[in-house]
Amino acid sequence: MGKMTRREFMVAGARGMAVVSIPLIFKVDPLAALTGPAAGSMELSDYYQHFGVDAEVIRQVMAAALAKGGDYCDVFFEHNVSSSIGLEDNLVNQAFTNVDFGVGIRVVEGEQVGYSFTEEITPKAMKLAAKTAANIAHEGSNAPPAELKFHGTPSYYPIQTSWEDVGIDSKIPLLLKLNEKMLAGDPRVIRSQVWFQDFSSYVLIANSAGRVACDFQPMTRMFAFCTAEENGRKEENYEGIGGRRGLEYYTPERIDRIAGDAVRKTVDLFKAEPIPGGEMEVVLAPGKAGILLHEAIGHGMEADSNRRGESIFADKIGKKVAENFVTIIDDGTIPNYRGSINIDDEGYDTEKTYLVRNGILETYMHDYISSVYYKVKPTGNGRRQSFRHVPIPRMTNTYMDNGPHTPEEIVASVKQGLYAESFTNGEVNIGPGDFTFYLKSGYLIENGKLTKPVKDVNLIGNGPDVLTKIVMVGNDLKIEEGGGTCGKGGQWAPVTDGLPTAKVSAITVGGSST
Amino acid sequence: MNKNEKLELAGWVIAEAKKNGADEAAVNVNNSREIEIEFRERKIEKLQESTQNGLSLAIYTKGRYSNNSTNDLRRESLGRFVAESVAMTKYLGEDPYRSLPDPKYYKGLKDIDLKNCDPGYQQVTSDQRVKMAAALEDEALSLSDRIVSCSSSFSDGMYESVKVHSNGFEGSSRSTFFSCYVDVTIKDDQGGRPNGWDWKGGRYFGDLPEPKGMARFAVDRALAKLGQTKIESGVYEMIVENRARTSLLGALQGPMSGRNLQQKNSCLEGKLGQKVFSDKLTVIDDPFIEGGFSSRLYDSDGFPARRRVLIDKGVLKEFVIDWYYSRKLGVEPTGGNISNVVFELGNRSLDEMVKDMKKGILVNGFIGGNSNSTTGDFSFGITGTLVEDGKLIKPVNEMNVSGNLLQTWSSLIEMGNDPYMYSSLRRPSMYFKDISFTGV
Repeated sequence: MGKMTRREFMVAGARGMAVVSIPLIFKVDPLAALTGPAAGSMELSDYYQHFGVDAEVIRQVMAAALAKGGDYCDVFFEHNVSSSIGLEDNLVNQAFTNVDFGVGIRVVEGEQVGYSFTEEITPKAMKLAAKTAANIAHEGSNAPPAELKFHGTPSYYPIQTSWEDVGIDSKIPLLLKLNEKMLAGDPRVIRSQVWFQDFSSYVLIANSAGRVACDFQPMTRMFAFCTAEENGRKEENYEGIGGRRGLEYYTPERIDRIAGDAVRKTVDLFKAEPIPGGEMEVVLAPGKAGILLHEAIGHGMEADSNRRGESIFADKIGKKVAENFVTIIDDGTIPNYRGSINIDDEGYDTEKTYLVRNGILETYMHDYISSVYYKVKPTGNGRRQSFRHVPIPRMTNTYMDNGPHTPEEIVASVKQGLYAESFTNGEVNIGPGDFTFYLKSGYLIENGKLTKPVKDVNLIGNGPDVLTKIVMVGNDLKIEEGGGTCGKGGQWAPVTDGLPTAKVSAITVGGSST
Repeated sequence: MNKNEKLELAGWVIAEAKKNGADEAAVNVNNSREIEIEFRERKIEKLQESTQNGLSLAIYTKGRYSNNSTNDLRRESLGRFVAESVAMTKYLGEDPYRSLPDPKYYKGLKDIDLKNCDPGYQQVTSDQRVKMAAALEDEALSLSDRIVSCSSSFSDGMYESVKVHSNGFEGSSRSTFFSCYVDVTIKDDQGGRPNGWDWKGGRYFGDLPEPKGMARFAVDRALAKLGQTKIESGVYEMIVENRARTSLLGALQGPMSGRNLQQKNSCLEGKLGQKVFSDKLTVIDDPFIEGGFSSRLYDSDGFPARRRVLIDKGVLKEFVIDWYYSRKLGVEPTGGNISNVVFELGNRSLDEMVKDMKKGILVNGFIGGNSNSTTGDFSFGITGTLVEDGKLIKPVNEMNVSGNLLQTWSSLIEMGNDPYMYSSLRRPSMYFKDISFTGV
């Protein structure tokens, strides 16, 4: 109910995640065009038909949007069908589905934005919404583009079987198999829960510069939750995988692996004991620990908070912020990853953006408004949760490049410290740069060796400070397969992070203080 | 759509669902209107206005269950939506515990005005909205030269919904909400950018306070963070200011839920009726507070609202169990949703409690962290102020507070007299002893 403060946070999937979504036997097309080509091979004309519009109608809507002036406007059509299915107590006993359909209209004047949306895609309703958005502008009127020119996109998420062609009867066995594997994985396992989700989104984007683009965006995730009991003590943990993938992704090997990981990470916790917390050396395991980059630097490098002077990185472009072997990248073009996008939600090309190269802070992540403000080209980071939201600069897949060290020498270099393996959530307060990430499981390092398991402690640091304390970087980069969901300004966006094994010389770890 | 149109639509969807083979169905229909104005550099930075509709349909057929929602409410599309929802549901596993609630639990629905809806909502003008947001920014900017960024906003909304169950429940609700927000970022001498904010909201436009006080509060909070550092790890006394995020209180909700109890993910399993927390802790769920942020007449199962004591002087009196998990657990349902939460208050103010602290941390914000509902272990990041011999010494940040819920809530020694009114959790400031903080 309350507006979020400027704290940004990320949740890497959790129990009770948002469960509004729809199974794709629903070929629901609210506007009737139902027997079109397969989603992957659709062309612009198919998208026009899908949304029941054409270039002329869109131009008329833009004319209404620019009727009171304004530098720029865009129109964003979206149709999303999603499905979640849950397994509990050995039964696939709940399904949640959602159909979401609408168009958002934005008018921009300098850094000022007028926005409105409608769930009814008729010329009349769209023009009314455009008129509301137009209220932001003050003077004169501008003409819509003379024509809309199609802007083609690469295909960063090729899939074989789209979720729209998969009935629930084909998904249920995946959950049952995963459940069976978890229960058989260890006699101490007493409960297992499985959550499966898939999404299929159609978007059509047109702007007053005369560009029109379209995209089909598939997505899936699966989570395995495990509870085990030993001598009256209970522990829980989970594992998740996913990405912009089709049905073929869920191979028997992958299901085996996620079941095995969930069980191992749960029963390992029986050996965990409370640790003495405090400042210590921390080795970040490859993969999920990339959440550190997301929180410590990623949010502070989104251009909006710099344009406003809020970010601690606002005056650090071109400056040395880390050791020479530290290179941090945001890359929306990695095939099939959760944060990948063929085109951003403003119609600009996705790219591989070097945020930090060889220790030097190089560029922010931009959307249209900030790119005009900073007089640079957009970096393809203008993203939005849905047609109900304005685009803002967001991360995609954020990771650190390989460095000069081996994982073995990194662990061996630590006398007393923490090996941080998996995380559930993180958060940053951009101004001060305080950020946290919550360790679900990891190990103590004693005399260069992993010893006791550790669990449920929060790690806290300061973004710029921690960057300077990354003292070793391994050569084993791993981008996290499942990815997470990032919250900012009241909007959610799918993202992924990655990291090679890396050592931070000092970070404050929660735990007992005696 | 007015209330009768929504009820008529819900009835039609239920009839369609049954026609397609559903045994029972539950339908919610809602619509809302929202306006948001953000202000920055003395201009409107964002103006957003929208209306939306939604419908959700829960289907129960021979123990099979699904819940489906859509924002396309045209009859033709809805007809197809219902047919496909019912068809899909037939593939799910048969769960003997899935059904609509026994209608005997619907009895006792009150017909009272909870004052959730401002009758003057339609009379609030866009000029009033803009003025409020503008004044917040103006006031804040006038208060300190250190401010490098300031923004403010005003938003409001009107929400209407109906809920109909095929076995006899029917309810409706209507509410309004207004809120405003201001935040400032200042620059310290080391290049850090501490920030401060204030948020206030209410069901009535008239509930909103003067912009001046809010701006002053946000700026003071930012200035108070100048020079913040982490301090030595150790066991400290702790006072959690009423305004701080409810991380610690929220962590109690997970283990009290029917789902976590049934799934063996609750550290409170088997502890009903026992004294497990400090006798200073009395927690009451009260859905009837006029204008309360979570006041309501019925819950998501259609059970009539009920005031209940969840924790009484440290004794766990009631779990939060909805219809489905009550059947799975073989117990009576208690109601699966918590509404407004109020506490038994103490006699002293925050300032008076702080004066008693020997060596402690006054926590004014939590950042990140999490808790484990199965074991009760938690760990959260904090910001606050070091207190020694009753005096505020210096601002602290970048520290963690960790512990176990059962132990920490047993270490509560005093509740303040200052419930926080801008939340559905009306918690006062709370004083704890022997808490583990880690920093340097």
